[in-house]
Amino acid sequence: MERKGARLASFGVFVALALIFSYIETLIPFQIGIPGVKLGLANLVIVIALYRMPVGEVYLLSGVRVVLTGFLFGNLMSILYSLAGGILSLTVMWGMKRIRSVSILGVSIAGGVFHNIGQLLAAALMVETYGVFSYLPVLLISGLLTGFVIGLAAGEMLKRIRSLQF
Amino acid sequence: MKKGDIILVLVILLVAGSAFGIYTFLSGHDGGAVVIYVDGEEEGRYRLDKDRTVEINGGTNTLRIEDGSARMETARCPDQICVRHKAISRNGENIICLPYKIVVSIEEGEDTDVDAVVQ
Repeated sequence: MERKGARLASFGVFVALALIFSYIETLIPFQIGIPGVKLGLANLVIVIALYRMPVGEVYLLSGVRVVLTGFLFGNLMSILYSLAGGILSLTVMWGMKRIRSVSILGVSIAGGVFHNIGQLLAAALMVETYGVFSYLPVLLISGLLTGFVIGLAAGEMLKRIRSLQF
Repeated sequence: MKKGDIILVLVILLVAGSAFGIYTFLSGHDGGAVVIYVDGEEEGRYRLDKDRTVEINGGTNTLRIEDGSARMETARCPDQICVRHKAISRNGENIICLPYKIVVSIEEGEDTDVDAVVQ
């Protein structure tokens, strides 16, 4: 029973962290005129959680984060896009994590890239045009770069919180 | 970085590169017409070589056609991404406004004798 309480508490901490990172992300003026290109700071929390929590809880964490940030900083549309990106990205990251020759860097890069692909697919369905796919090359490269940065940070953080029990 | 990571990065670069190649191949030359789609339906088709301002979607957005290119002049949405988007003039380029489901794209325009289509 005590263990369950501790896990519930750490889940709450992860949700709070993901929310804070999403908030910081809205503060950073990182607009280059291409929709969908952003740092994906909240993904840092998701990647770390993937290595420290059962995958079911990570899905819940990702879903709760998207809905809460959507209501706080976005709108219904942004919730739909983020959900499409978040679920696809997490599923791919989970799959990549099971491949032995892929490190946390690869997992995070795949996450960044597929987050963008998910949002692109959602956008293509919404506006009913394939024209949005002209953004694909830019979004692939940006997902690669941000995923790499997030992966580096997540790897370093995991090393340092190894002793923490949760 | 492990072996799997490097393969992953190479695959992504390859896909991005070929997608970019295909896209530039398809959109090599300047298009003649600007087409406006709202919610997947064509709302209007205009010549690029004639300057004008077009109201879209009952006025939520206005499109400015000038000097052979088109740009979104105003939008009622909060994010203003489409307004910041650069002017488009080449075949296959487009400006997308997600909140109002508007797609403005440049297409081949030989058959655009009709000056404007007003709904």
